[in-house]
Amino acid sequence: MLELDRLTKTFGGRTAVDAVTLTFPKPAMIGVIGASGAGKSTLLRMLNRLSDASSGRILHEGRDVTALRGAAKRAWQAECAMIFQQFNLVPRMDVVSNVLHGTLNKRSTLATLFNLYPESDIRRAIDILDRLGIAEHAAKRAEALSGGQQQRVAIARALMQDPAIILADEPIASLDPMNAQIVMDALRRIHDEDGRMVVCNLHTLDTARRYCDRVIGMRLGRVVFDGGPDELTTDAAREIYGADAGFSEAATSTAIDALDRPGPAAAVVAAV
Amino acid sequence: MADQTMSGADALGGVDRIRENYLAMARTRRLYGGLMLVVFIALMASGFIVADERNAGGFWDGVLNIFDFPAEVLSEAREKIANLPGLMVKFLPSLVETLNIAAASTLLGAVAAVILSLLSTRGLARYPALIGVFRRIMDVMRAIPEIVIALVLIFVLGGGPVPAMIAIAFHTAGALGKLFSEVNENASLKPLEGLESVGATWPQRMWLGVIPQVAPNYLSYALLRFEINIRASAILGFVGSGGIGYDLRNAFSWGQGRYDEVAAIFLLLFLTIVFFDQTSSHYRNKLVGRV
Repeated sequence: MLELDRLTKTFGGRTAVDAVTLTFPKPAMIGVIGASGAGKSTLLRMLNRLSDASSGRILHEGRDVTALRGAAKRAWQAECAMIFQQFNLVPRMDVVSNVLHGTLNKRSTLATLFNLYPESDIRRAIDILDRLGIAEHAAKRAEALSGGQQQRVAIARALMQDPAIILADEPIASLDPMNAQIVMDALRRIHDEDGRMVVCNLHTLDTARRYCDRVIGMRLGRVVFDGGPDELTTDAAREIYGADAGFSEAATSTAIDALDRPGPAAAVVAAV
Repeated sequence: MADQTMSGADALGGVDRIRENYLAMARTRRLYGGLMLVVFIALMASGFIVADERNAGGFWDGVLNIFDFPAEVLSEAREKIANLPGLMVKFLPSLVETLNIAAASTLLGAVAAVILSLLSTRGLARYPALIGVFRRIMDVMRAIPEIVIALVLIFVLGGGPVPAMIAIAFHTAGALGKLFSEVNENASLKPLEGLESVGATWPQRMWLGVIPQVAPNYLSYALLRFEINIRASAILGFVGSGGIGYDLRNAFSWGQGRYDEVAAIFLLLFLTIVFFDQTSSHYRNKLVGRV
C-alpha cells in the first residue's frame, strides 16, 4: 500500500535521508530506529509532506504523493496523521477543540475560525477520548494535562482525521516509562482494531521489539536493517548505532521490567 | 491498557454526562460569541452613523475627495521634480535636528523606563508594595499627550528643541516602561536566585541578572519607539520646537506653489524611517546572535 522509491533529502551539502527504498505491502506496525541524526524524523516529515523530498518518490496505493500540491497535498496530510515528540497541541485551547482540529481539512475555513464544528464531530471526538481513557479531561485546557495525557490527546487528534496511516515521531521520548507504555499500547491497539498502518520512530530497542511487526534501522540516512523484531539482535543493534562491543542495551533501558526480563520478548505483543 | 479500558467502562454513564456537559458548554460559548458579534456590529454601525451625522461635510460626500489633496501634491511635485534633490539637501539640517530630538528623548525615556519597569514588575520589584504606585505613574506619563506637555513647556521655557525633547522623553518613559515590564515578566528568576545566593544587592541583581536576559527585547522596543519619536518630534515642530516639522508647516500653510517642498520633506522622513528600520533589525539580529 505504501512504497518509497529512492527517497532522498539533502540540507545544503548534508544528506539527511539517502535513497531510501522500502515497500510496505499491507498495513503493519512499523518501528524505525537509529541514532539521533540518522534521518528518522526527516523520513517521517517527508511522508507527511511537512518537508519536501529532494528526489525520489512516495507512492500510496499507486498514487505519487510527492507530486501533490495545494489542496491535494493538504488532503494527503489529512489522510496521513502525524504525532510529535512534544505533542504539538494548542496549549490554551480545550482538549476537545484540539481533537476537533483533526477535521480541519474537511471543514470550511470560516466555520473553523469561529470554532464551529458539527455536533456529530464533537460527539465523535469525545468518544475517541473515551477510547483512549481521557474523556474526563474533555473540557480542560490541553496545557493543564500531564505529558502522557497530552500525547493521548494528540493520538485522538490523529484518530479524528480517520487516517490510513499514522506517523509517530518519537511519541514516547518525553514520557516516563509508565506513560510511555500507555501510549504505545494505544498505538498498537489502533493498529490491531482499526487496521491502520502505524509508523513509529523509536529511541528504545525494547519498545521496537515489543510492539512492532517490522523494524527498520537507519544509520546516516541509509536503511541498514529491515526485518522482524526477533531478528533485532544486539549485533544488529550495534550495526545500526555504529557502536562497538561496549554497547549494552540494558544500561539505559527505560522499560519497567528491564531489570528482570530474561531476553528479547517479542511474544509480549500477544499480551496487549 | 486494561485498567484504562476498565475506567472507561466504569464511567460509561460518566461519558454521556461528559458529552452532554461539553455540548452544553459549546452551545453557551456559541451563543455568547454570536451575541458579541451582534453587539460589535451594532456598535460599529451606530458609531459610524453618529460620526457621519456630526461631520461637517458628511462622510459619503467627502469620501470621493480623499485623494484630491495627495493628487495635487503629487502632480505639483512631479512638475518640479528637478527641484527635489536640492530641496532635500536644503532640509537636511532640520532633519538632523529632528533626529537629535528623537534620539535624545528616546535615550532619556528608555533609561527612565528601565528603572520604572523594574520597580513595577512582580517578582523583581525593590518595593513590592509600591508596584501599583509606579504603574500609575507610568499610566499618567502615557495618558498626557506629548503635544500638551510641549505647549506648556514652550510657554514656560520658550520655543526650541529642549521642550520637545522633554515632552517626548516623558511620554517615552511611560510607554516603554509598560512594554519593558511585560518583557521583565518573562525573564527567568533562576539567575536572580543564583545572584541572590552570593549576596548581590538589588541593583546588581537587576543589572547582571535581568538585563542580559531582556536586552534584545528592550532594544527592539526602544528602536521601534525611536521611529515613533522621529515622527513625534516632526509633529512637535508644528507648534514651534524647530526641526523638520517647522519647515513642513511653512510649506503646507503657505500653500501655493510649495508642494514640492512638502514632497521633499515626506520623502526625507520616509527614507529616514526605512534607514533606521533596516539598521535596527540588523543590529537586533546581531545581538540575538542569528544575523
